[in-house]
This record gives sequence, structure tokens and C-alpha cells, in this order.
Amino acid sequence: MTKTLFRTVCFAALLGAGLMASASAGRAADIKVGEINSYSALPAFTEPYRKGWQLAVEEVNANGGINGDKLVVISKDDGGKPGAAITAANELVSRDGVALITGGFLSNVGLAIADFAKQKRVVFVAGEPLTDAMIWSKGNDYTFRLRPSNYMQAAMLAEEAAKLPAKRWATVAPNYEYGQSAVAVFKELLKKARPDVEFVAEQWPPLGKIDGGAVAQALAAANPEAILNVEFGADLVQFVREGTTRGLFKDRSVVSFLTGEPEYLEPLKGEAPEGWIVTGYPWYSIDTPEHNAFKKAYEDKYGEHPYLGSVAGYIELKTVAEILRKAKSTEAEDLIAAAKGLKVDTPFGEITIRAIDHQSTFGSFVGKTAVKDGKGVMVDFTYKDGADYLPSDEEVKKLRPQG
Amino acid sequence: MSLYVVQFLTGLANAASLFLAACGLSVIFGVTRIVNFAHGAFYMLGAYVAFSLTLRLEGVVGFWAGIFLAAIIVAAIGALLEMLLLRRIYQAPELFQLLATFGVTLMVQDIVHMIWGAQDLVGPRAPGLQGAVQVMGLPVPTYDILLIILGPLVLGALWLLMHRTRWGVLVRAATEDRDMVAALGVNQKWLFTGVFTLGIFLAAFGGALQIPRTAVNHLMDLSIIAEVFVVVVIGGLGSITGAFLAAVLIAELNAFGILVLPGISLVLMFLVMAVVLVLRPWGFLGKPVSTDAKTIGETTRPWHPWSPTMAVLVAASVLLAAALPAVLGPYGLSIGAQILIAVIFAMSLQFQMSTGGLDSFGHAAYFGLGAYGAAFAIQWFQLPMELALIVGPLAGLVGALVFGWFCVRLSGVYFAMLTLAFAQITWSIAFQWVEVTGGDNGILGVWPSEWASSPAAFYWLTLAAAVLTVLILRHLVFSPFGYRLRGVRDSSVRAESIGISRQRTQYVAFAISGTAAGLAGALFAFLKGSIFPDALAIPTSIDALVMVLLGGVATVSGSVVGAIVYTMATIWLMSETDLSRLVLGGFIVFLVVAFPQGIVGSLSSFTSGSLERWRGRREASRPVALSAEASR
Repeated sequence: MTKTLFRTVCFAALLGAGLMASASAGRAADIKVGEINSYSALPAFTEPYRKGWQLAVEEVNANGGINGDKLVVISKDDGGKPGAAITAANELVSRDGVALITGGFLSNVGLAIADFAKQKRVVFVAGEPLTDAMIWSKGNDYTFRLRPSNYMQAAMLAEEAAKLPAKRWATVAPNYEYGQSAVAVFKELLKKARPDVEFVAEQWPPLGKIDGGAVAQALAAANPEAILNVEFGADLVQFVREGTTRGLFKDRSVVSFLTGEPEYLEPLKGEAPEGWIVTGYPWYSIDTPEHNAFKKAYEDKYGEHPYLGSVAGYIELKTVAEILRKAKSTEAEDLIAAAKGLKVDTPFGEITIRAIDHQSTFGSFVGKTAVKDGKGVMVDFTYKDGADYLPSDEEVKKLRPQG
Repeated sequence: MSLYVVQFLTGLANAASLFLAACGLSVIFGVTRIVNFAHGAFYMLGAYVAFSLTLRLEGVVGFWAGIFLAAIIVAAIGALLEMLLLRRIYQAPELFQLLATFGVTLMVQDIVHMIWGAQDLVGPRAPGLQGAVQVMGLPVPTYDILLIILGPLVLGALWLLMHRTRWGVLVRAATEDRDMVAALGVNQKWLFTGVFTLGIFLAAFGGALQIPRTAVNHLMDLSIIAEVFVVVVIGGLGSITGAFLAAVLIAELNAFGILVLPGISLVLMFLVMAVVLVLRPWGFLGKPVSTDAKTIGETTRPWHPWSPTMAVLVAASVLLAAALPAVLGPYGLSIGAQILIAVIFAMSLQFQMSTGGLDSFGHAAYFGLGAYGAAFAIQWFQLPMELALIVGPLAGLVGALVFGWFCVRLSGVYFAMLTLAFAQITWSIAFQWVEVTGGDNGILGVWPSEWASSPAAFYWLTLAAAVLTVLILRHLVFSPFGYRLRGVRDSSVRAESIGISRQRTQYVAFAISGTAAGLAGALFAFLKGSIFPDALAIPTSIDALVMVLLGGVATVSGSVVGAIVYTMATIWLMSETDLSRLVLGGFIVFLVVAFPQGIVGSLSSFTSGSLERWRGRREASRPVALSAEASR
């Protein structure tokens, strides 16, 4: 009797308290934008990212805001879980009444929000998720994506890989969708450019649980001339250490996704591999007026150098502001119309948001790794404009659901 | 040939790291029966502390001093934790300590972030051991050689400690029969503290030794915890030598497995565990656990169905919940629906755990199967939501029938670990079979039918499902089947002697539980509009466990309250603070200390008659006598 009474009271009290807490109203009169990212799950990437977009918001508001209105960003954590991201997106849209949603780091979180955006007819400007499905096979009218996709990075690396004499290739990639599609696209594009190459070995260690020694040894046993690496984070560190000690990289070319990003290269310090062909962000040696201005503002504000995440966050909110300015409205249809074909000035130069598939032409730096003063750096790099590494319009139309 | 030798050595080195991380857990479980979820957290702490120390202390001596000092510092923290927190809850129902250590793990994650920052940290390599030696013409890192030697050394040292010292004799005696050791006048308190400290020392030492191999990072704790449980269980709980053999088996199978089947690492460990547990239910060197653990029936007053007054009150609260759409907006209602889904999920586990006495660590499997079942029904067969909501629970049922057939042959922690193995195998299929499940990118576009698409309509749908599930499961508890199930739980020997088959009864309960979890999963897919493998992953199973333990494992449906409190707390904290894990972990630890029987369990025993309270106190102050009686 009393047990159930208490249960009932608890039920009512807790439900009431929680829902009241969630019903408090948001601010008025500002232009509100919702932002979601994996802050608690992936702080190494999302902290620089947050600093980047906060800088952009500050600059936007210092320069007249959105046609005179103040830009306000409401930021939520998704804990690295798609389900939690949907809860956050719901809160932002239903309760806070944001004009659009932006953010995302993990591909699955990005896809979940993109599908939510389609269902609820809200615009979603994805910053960092890399999966090609986002704009192609699962693309929708409401979703835009900024960073160079898996396909684009693979195309940039395959172009460099085709120039190498190597014919026998081995691959190592984390065993999930990102790693699998990176390897698949790279293979396809390299084979197209160089029909004479063959892939002699592949390794698929689980994400975050690579068995570095065994993987390195297994790759070496196939005796490839070149290796494609898609490992990152702690897995990359272990792979590099074991591979170096076991002489895996001696006299072999290595082509590697993302390794040039300071997020991944910096922790390796003096143990950074040398001569790998990588995509990345050499913030220390880019010398363009746009980038210098960004770097100075960032360093002045935070007292540390920018990471690639910082640039992504900065460009993300700059783009969002431009969309809102151009649309002069917060209706989804107007925002979509404004975003299509929009040109935005960024620290990497001008980017365009393609009308055909909602992918931006944000590019990437491709260069070689080296060790300088006990630090891993990128040298001999060039900036590859994203526009040059996307398939033709006919192919895109086939890849993306039309109508 | 030389490749195989080198690969074998690499496997041995990995086995040594695995063993060092795992043996502490085995020692702790053997004596204290605590399922120490925080083991991974201490492993990670060991690595972080060692990172900081080895940066400051230089040279060979400095490096090794740093490693040992780190393990000692972390062990001291572990001892403090045992004295301040765990000592208070040894009398709580089994597994409750799991909840406490889970809370600690959450807190450690945020604390590590605050102290060491967000970036991955790469520590120094061991001085003098950076290079490689040639073995049959192929290089083997010298650090690997060191690990290969260190593993058996630690094993030997532990063996000496256990067999040649008085303390070790007491520890082994306590592993065999805790109550007898206590009856002989050994101070259990200090024995437990000592064992826990030793276990944590080993965990931290294992973590610290990883510095020269990999980056110190935030995910170390969760990535190691499942592995060490697997190693300990395959080896046989409480057996250190068994853990060593298990580590060697797994590491070698992995080292050679990837030569043949490169994608094998993901499932290998859990496949091995499933096979070993099916063939040898107590692991390599484990002994059948004498069921001296108190069962729920012995520690609680008999359950009663609701009285008519109660039924009216429950009906009133359901009506109140049904009226919520009048006051709540779309966001509040979607949260309400999520809470109600959690209620179904938690109730499904509670039926299995509290009534059936079957503690599951892999309940996510049936939740995920339900969700994927519903998603497949929509995506492939274009079925409407109404049918998909039937397909989902059926998928959960089928999964439970298949896995349960193996699981109910076991009991206790071995049962729990086999459920975990099956959940992990299911997860890796969803994660890896991209053509069918979409892999990590999941299945999108699982939205409700038109009539249920408004937040209020979907809320009512979940409310109806939740009320029905709770009522049906409660009805089952008090049905003849429920009495059989509780009889089996409290004394399988007596139950079997009057003709009740333990396995068949528990198998049916397992299937019912899986079906209900499948319903929760199917509703979850429609609530979120998409489904991803993370619904099948370990954290989902842990969520369910936490909700049941929080509500009170010795109650019929306390998990309803546990689910409401826990789900609300997580959502609210995620939305409001960046330190959600620190706050949530602290909150759980607080609840554990304040309500050692779970929220509902503690409240109901608090409000029960003074006679019973007095009896309860007397029992608590004489745990030995009670246990002795119980194990008779």
C-alpha cells in the first residue's frame, strides 16, 4: 500500500519537476541558432571547434549581426550518441525555436540529425561529419555539409598516390563505416587512375582497440610497396609506434587520411612519421591574408593556436550567418534558397555551397609529414580546392535521390 | 615460419598486457564478490598519473619509479574509495556495488578531462627499450620482450603472495567461504580493503605500462572494461592462473586470426567467451559457485499485489500522466515518451532480474533487436508502423529464444557474462554488416504513421504500451508462473524436487523479458526516427541495469521510478551542463549511499512497520549469522 503510494508520489513529483524545468522559455528578439556536438564524448576535437564558432559569433555580432539582429547560438551536447542528438535537436527546435541547426562531428550523429531535419523541415548545416551518405545516398533538401567529404579526401589522396611508383598496396582502416568507405573510394579512384595497381592485404582493427604489433606484422608479411592508412587518434599512435619499431614504414610509401591535422599529428610529437602523404592543416606555415587574420584573432582570444576543428567551427558559424543574412527570414524554404550557391569568405579562401548536392567546396591541404624541432609538421603542402575533387554533375545526380 | 614465431611473440606481449589489466579484477571479485565496474577507470587513472610522473622523472630509474609510483598513488585512491563508499554497501543486494562503481567511473571520466585536458597524450617510451631485437630475421620490440617476461613474473609473484603468506591464505579462504573466515575471527573489513587495494594497484600498473605503447586517452576505461571482464570470466572467476591462460588464448587467437580474417578482432573475444561458457560453464579454472549469495526472496518481505486502494491510486497517476499533453509542449512530450520507453525497457529487465533472479549484462541485445526489427519492417517490407511495432517485439522474442537457450544453462555472473557475449556479437553484426544494417550509419527514416506522428499521439501510444507492459509483467509475477519462477530463484533445489524445471521456467521468463525489451526498442526507433548500432552497445545494457538497481532490485516494479529518475537526470544534465557525467556519477553515488536498497526498496522498507525495521537493523548488524542461515 505505502509502497505504491510512494511510487505514485515519486512518479508525479519527478515527472512534474523535470517537465517544468524543461518548459522554461528561451530568450526573445534574437536570431537563435541551435548547435549540437559531441562535447563530452570527443573533447579533443570539439573543444577547439567550440572556440572556433564562438570566435565567429563574436565577429558576426561585432559587424552588425544578422542585418541588425543579434546572432545567438544555443549549444547542446550529444554525448556521441545519435539518440541523444535527436533529443537535443528536438529541444532546440520545439522549445527554443531556433532558425536552423548546425554542428555534428560523428557521421552517424550527423545522419540522424539530417533525417530529423528532413522530417521536421528544419535546415541543418553539418560541419564535420564526413560520410558521403550525408549528401548523396541519404541526401535531403534540408541538409548542407561543409567539410570536404570522405570522397573528396580520398580523391585528393588517390591523385597523389597515383603519382607514386608503387604497385602493391596494403590498407589498414578502423572497422566501421567511415574506414570502410574511405578504403573503398580510395581503391576505386586509384584503380581508375592506375589500372596496374593491386591491393595485396587489408587490416580492419576495431575502432579504439587496434592491436598495433600484430597488425603491423601482418601488413609487413604481405610485403606491400605502399600502405593506405585510415587509422586516427590513439590507434594511430599505437600503429605508428609499432610500425616504426618493426620497420614497417622503411622504404615504403604511406598515404594517410587526416594524419596532418594537428589534432592527430601534434600528440605524436617527435615520433611523428616522416614522409607520409596526408591531408591536414599546417596552421604554422599557411601564409595568406585571410588565414593570418583568422589565426591572429584566434590566438589573441584564446592564447593557443587553432586546430582544424577551430577552422571548421569558425567556417560553420560564418556560413550560417551568411545564410541568415542572405535569406532575411528564418523560414526553412527561404534559408534553403539562400544557401544554394552561396559564396562565403573563409580562412581557406572563398567557398561555394553547391546547389546540386548541398556540399561546400571547402578544401583541404595535402602534403608530407616531417619532424621539425621535435614536432610533427606538414611540409611541401598545397591547398586542394574541394570543387576539383567532386564527381561530375551527371554522376552526382545518380548518387543523390532526385525530386 | 618466422612470421608465425614473431606473431606468436606479439600475441604473448598482448596477453601480458591483458593479463595485467585483468588479474586485479579477478582478485577483487573472488573475495568481495564486487563486480568492480570502475576497474577500467583505475586502469585509465594509472596511465594518466604515470604519464605526468614519467614526464617529470627522467632516465631509466625515473621512468620505472614513475610507473610504480603511479600504481601506488592510484591504489591509495582505491583504498580510500573502498573505505568511504563500498564499505557502506556490502550488505546491499548483489550487484548494487556495480551501480556505485559505475557512478565512480562516470565521475572519473570528467575529473580526468578537467585535470589532463582533452587531447590524447603520448608519453615517453621506456628508456633503453625503444628498439627491436631480431628474432628469426624479423624485428620484435624489446618492450614486448619485457612484457612477455613481466606477465609470468606478476603471475608468479601473485601465486607466492597467495600461497606463501598468511594474508594470502586468508584471501584464498575468503574466496572459498567468506562466512567461515569471518566466523574464525578474521577482520573482514581490512581483508576486503587490502584485496581491493591490491586489485586496484594491479589495474593501475597495467594502465601505466601502456604508456610506451599507445596514447593515453579518455576512452581507455570503457575500451578495457569489457575485455578484462571477458578474460576474467573465461579464466574462471577468482582464478589468477585462469585469467593468465585466458589472456594468452585470446591474444594468440587474435594475432593469428587477423592473418586469415582481418575483420575478426571485433567479435573474436566475445565469440571465444560464448564458446567457452557453453562448453565449460565456469571458465577454465573456475569452480562452480556455491550459491551462498543471498537471493532476493531471503532479503525482502514477500511481495503483494496492489490492494484495491493502491490500484485506484495507480490508475489516478496514469490518468494524470495521460493528461500531460494538455500542459506540455512538443519537447516535453517527446521527453515523456522517451521516459516511458525507458520504463518499458527497465521493467523488462526487472522481471528477469527481480522475479527470475537472472542478472543480465546484455539486455541491450533485445532492445536493439526490437529496434532493428521494426526498422527492417519499415525499410524492406514497407510495413506500416502498427505492424512494425509487432515485428519489433517478435524480433526481441526470437533473439531471446535463441540466446536464452544457451544462457539459462548457466547462473549467476556466468549467466550475466554470456548474455553480454551475445549482446556484443549482435552489436558487432549490426556494426559490421553494412549492406544490411547500414553499419555505423544506421537505418534512417523510421518515422511513425500519420496518426501517431504528433508528439501527443506518440506520447499516448507509448503511455498505453508502458501501462500495459507494467500491468502484464506485474500480473505474471503474481500468477502461478510467477510463483514457480520465484521458487526457482530462491531455491532451485527445492523447486526441482517438487517437479519445477529450473531451466524451462527461466527460459520462458527470459523470452518474456526479451519480448518486452523488443517493444521498448521498436518504440525507441520510431521516437528517434532512426536506429544505430549504439542501441545494441554495452552502455544501453548498463542503462537498463542502473535503472533497475536505482529503483530497487528487490521490488516488483521499482524500476519504473528508477527509469524515470535516471532518464530525466541524464537528459536534463546533458542539456544543462558540460560536466554531466561528474554530476550524474555523484548523484548515483549519493543515491547508492542514501538508498542502499534502491529508491523504492529503501522507501518501502523505511515506511514499513517498526517491528520490521527493528528486525532489519538486527539483521544488518549480524550479517554473518544471516548469511550462514541463508546458505544452509
